[in-house]
Amino acid sequence: MEGNMSLSLKVWRQSDKNTAGAFENYKLDGVSPDMSFLEMFDVLNEQLIEEGKVPIAFDHDCREGICGSCAMFINGRPHGPLKGVTTCQLHMRSFNDGDTIVVEPWRAKAFPVIKDLVVDRDAFDRIMSAGGFVSVNTGNAQDANSLPIPKEAADEAFSAAACIACGACVAACKNASAMLFVSAKVSQLALLPQGQAERNIRAEKMVAQMDSEGFGACTNTGACSAECPKEISMVNIARLNREYIGAKFSSTAV
Amino acid sequence: MATSSRLDAKVPQGPLETKWSKYRSSVPLVNPANKRNLEIIVIGTGLAGASAAATLAELGYKVKAFCFQDSPRRAHSIAAQGGINAAKNYQNDGDSIYRLFYDTIKGGDYRAREGNVHRLAEVSGSIIDQCVAAGVPFAREYGGLLSNRSFGGTQVQRTFYAAGQTGQQLLLGAYSGLQRQVGMGTVKMYNRHEMLDIVNIDGKCRGIIARDLVTGQLERHAAHAVLLCSGGYGNVFYLSTNAMGSNVTAAWKAHKRGAFFGNPCFTQIHPTCIPVSGEHQSKLTLMSESLRNDGRIWVPKAKNDTRPGNEIPEEERDYYLERRYPAFGNLVPRDIASRAAKERCDAGYGVGASKLAVFLDFAAAVERYGRGEANKNNIHNPSDADIIIWGKAVVKEKYGNLFDMYKQITGEDPYEVPMRIYPAVHYTMGGLWVDYNLMTTVPGLYALGEANFSDHGANRLGASALMQGLADGYFVIPYTIGAYLANEIRTGKISTDHEAFVSTEKEVKDRIEKLITIQGKTSPEVYHRRLGKIMWDKCGMARNEQGLKEAITEIRALRKDFWSDVKVMGKINEFNPELDKANRVADFIELGELMCLDALDRNESCGGHFREEFQTEEGEAMRDDENYMYVSAWEHKGPEEWELHKEDLVYENIKIAQRSYK
Ligand SMILES: Cc1cc2nc3c(=O)[nH]c(=O)nc-3n(C[C@H](O)[C@H](O)[C@H](O)COP(=O)(O)OP(=O)(O)OC[C@H]3O[C@@H](n4cnc5c(N)ncnc54)[C@H](O)[C@@H]3O)c2cc1C
Ligand code: SF4
Ligand code: FES
Repeated sequence: MEGNMSLSLKVWRQSDKNTAGAFENYKLDGVSPDMSFLEMFDVLNEQLIEEGKVPIAFDHDCREGICGSCAMFINGRPHGPLKGVTTCQLHMRSFNDGDTIVVEPWRAKAFPVIKDLVVDRDAFDRIMSAGGFVSVNTGNAQDANSLPIPKEAADEAFSAAACIACGACVAACKNASAMLFVSAKVSQLALLPQGQAERNIRAEKMVAQMDSEGFGACTNTGACSAECPKEISMVNIARLNREYIGAKFSSTAV
Repeated sequence: MATSSRLDAKVPQGPLETKWSKYRSSVPLVNPANKRNLEIIVIGTGLAGASAAATLAELGYKVKAFCFQDSPRRAHSIAAQGGINAAKNYQNDGDSIYRLFYDTIKGGDYRAREGNVHRLAEVSGSIIDQCVAAGVPFAREYGGLLSNRSFGGTQVQRTFYAAGQTGQQLLLGAYSGLQRQVGMGTVKMYNRHEMLDIVNIDGKCRGIIARDLVTGQLERHAAHAVLLCSGGYGNVFYLSTNAMGSNVTAAWKAHKRGAFFGNPCFTQIHPTCIPVSGEHQSKLTLMSESLRNDGRIWVPKAKNDTRPGNEIPEEERDYYLERRYPAFGNLVPRDIASRAAKERCDAGYGVGASKLAVFLDFAAAVERYGRGEANKNNIHNPSDADIIIWGKAVVKEKYGNLFDMYKQITGEDPYEVPMRIYPAVHYTMGGLWVDYNLMTTVPGLYALGEANFSDHGANRLGASALMQGLADGYFVIPYTIGAYLANEIRTGKISTDHEAFVSTEKEVKDRIEKLITIQGKTSPEVYHRRLGKIMWDKCGMARNEQGLKEAITEIRALRKDFWSDVKVMGKINEFNPELDKANRVADFIELGELMCLDALDRNESCGGHFREEFQTEEGEAMRDDENYMYVSAWEHKGPEEWELHKEDLVYENIKIAQRSYK
């Protein structure tokens, strides 16, 4: 045993999307403060396997805060207590010995549960397919430096492009709105000269797809940005609103 | 030596500079009407797979793409940090296609194919153009032009980057192109699907067997060509910088059905990773090589010095890379930097609790940048405190996400104290053997990106994997696949009812059933950890004959044990990550044996392959060009049985030399 923290865990268990789920309680000893939250789950799962129980399913891959796979709703907050940190980068030193920790999946109509803490986020991919790109085929590009872009615009586009599509914004929002996610992509491309040609149609199509996926409406409460592990700014939502209204004004495409 | 008759690299004749351009204009074409009837399966949606799938669909082929993550955007490429190389010479510092070609061959310790590497250097510039056109927000200078940084093994600045998130931005660019095709219906995307075998009919690859990871159902998919873009196998070591899911299964299954495996023992150990902190450790985290632009690496001059780094005075520090390699200093290639760190730690100069770490220090860079900012803003007598504040702001802009990550993982603030770092498994130069067209030894089966044995010889230079992945997917395969598919236009639709599909599916099904019915005592995770320990201890940063022989015996025993005592919880027809893991670990175990065999065969040291018996007096790798200037291509003959085929490496354009960075 490596550490000396003892925890009580209340974890959501659900065998598939058609079965009702429920919380189960687990005790875990020997937790080290240097473990990541997911490593703590690894230890718990090894313990469950030893007891002959089915381990808890959760999504994860990079464990570096960049792939956007991990998605746990911890003590009522997506990705847990720290600001700007994903579940995989959260460490047990952020908790205390004896704590009870409640862990749930993202809850949103557009993100059905697949199993335990794993949800289906395909809706995000479909929103991207609706317009989250520049229509340029391979081989058509001009020399990269023939198009200077002011550093400020490039930096701001980069900040928006840092979104990892984890879905925490949706999980944090009482309406389960996906506006922050959509606005991050629309902003990135609206800020860059490459994105100008499709600027209007992009905003319209992505918003239309978002609506059809069953995400809720945005009422500007700001919970999304506050809980976003990449600290995507609310400014992007304001920009999306401008883009969208501008687009609706000038086109009848969608 | 002579190249085995089973290996034809198909490198075009003629002068190096015109091989590719001439070949590209003469490779057979497939007309648009025929393309619509030709199906291509792409396994993997990292940089190689996403760029290939999108581009082939743009050309008119019918594409199916697969990944095991819940979205193509989460492929392991997303985690690449530091940058991507291209011979643009935007810095006017003497870069050229030839120089990138030369650096890559030399960096790879003269174990890569000239023709392939030159092509890579040639297309590198177009990659940057393509990415910028797709909206990738690379770092820029105030004048609006693209910014560059330095990476190891080079003396020019040719690395393009987006903070420490270059892989993310490049992959999102390729992914957006892919999603565009998905939206248009030209690519059908299969998320949460794992390819578990290839299907060969009459000697050609004609499809795959995949498992839907949500329902557990097996599926048959047919195609006229299959592209494996399934990434590297560094996770054979259990602890590595790779994502948790990265695995060798796709490549391994292809290997067992006829694809030769090239240079399996060539593994890259990256010098700058966060050290292991305890038994619970599930993976290691890279601190990008770009940090070596600005960070200085050192250990205390005295053994067992336990003072915190920032309390050790300048004159008591040993900047050992600058001392040993004055010409390249902190920017020597990875294999050299890793071995030098190990040498210092083995000699007793390591730092931190485990003594298996060295310092990576930014104090000097903070000061230099702080002064630079003062000058830029015309402040003539800045205070030391202000200099440090401004300097930290510049460092934050360049490496902010890496510093945050370090702090989150170690609980220490790298803006205040030097980072502690140690080498870790990072990348695999080895992979499926491919010819100039990127085709494996199975007709119709291709390998791209990290999955092939690639262009990096025995050691890859930093920022060249992203380049290679996108080169393969955007600019090579779209042309070279024509050479094969032009002869497939009369094949017609391939039926998944064919006997080969039926029997292959049954083999996959039997294996899964076996895994789940053993119900022993040991979890797949434990086997994986055991394998990793054998590999790291005996086939890691340093190898020797005795250790490798022991490793082979131990791995064989582990394999037996696994197949009699593995415990896989859950059921077959459900979402079951334990079963997925068991499948992958079983393949890693077999691969581990082959890696040791390969390392044992190669009685020389080169690049990342360091055999202790073969070193110079100064402890540098000692190549044996006379006897080992070949690519090892292993043919699978049966359980624990392989035959080695050799592809001679011929250098017509580069003078081979002892690699020196002094
Ligand atoms: C932490 C880190 C930082 C790095 N930084 C840099 C850098 O700065 N510059 C640089 O040049 N290189 C860097 N590298 C290396 C580089 O990121 C990789 O070599 C490269 O991204 C590999 O890309 P790929 O497309 O070949 O494969 P990957 O991105 O690994 O993608 C593999 C794909 O295959 C799929 N797949 C695998 N097996 C199966 C299967 N059986 N069935 C279905 N799908 C499957 C996966 O789902 C995934 O989509 C870094 C690597 C690491 C680990
Ligand atoms: S906006 Fe933030 S919270 Fe929402 S998906 Fe992107 S990274 Fe996650
Ligand atoms: S596992 Fe990749 S972001 Fe957490």
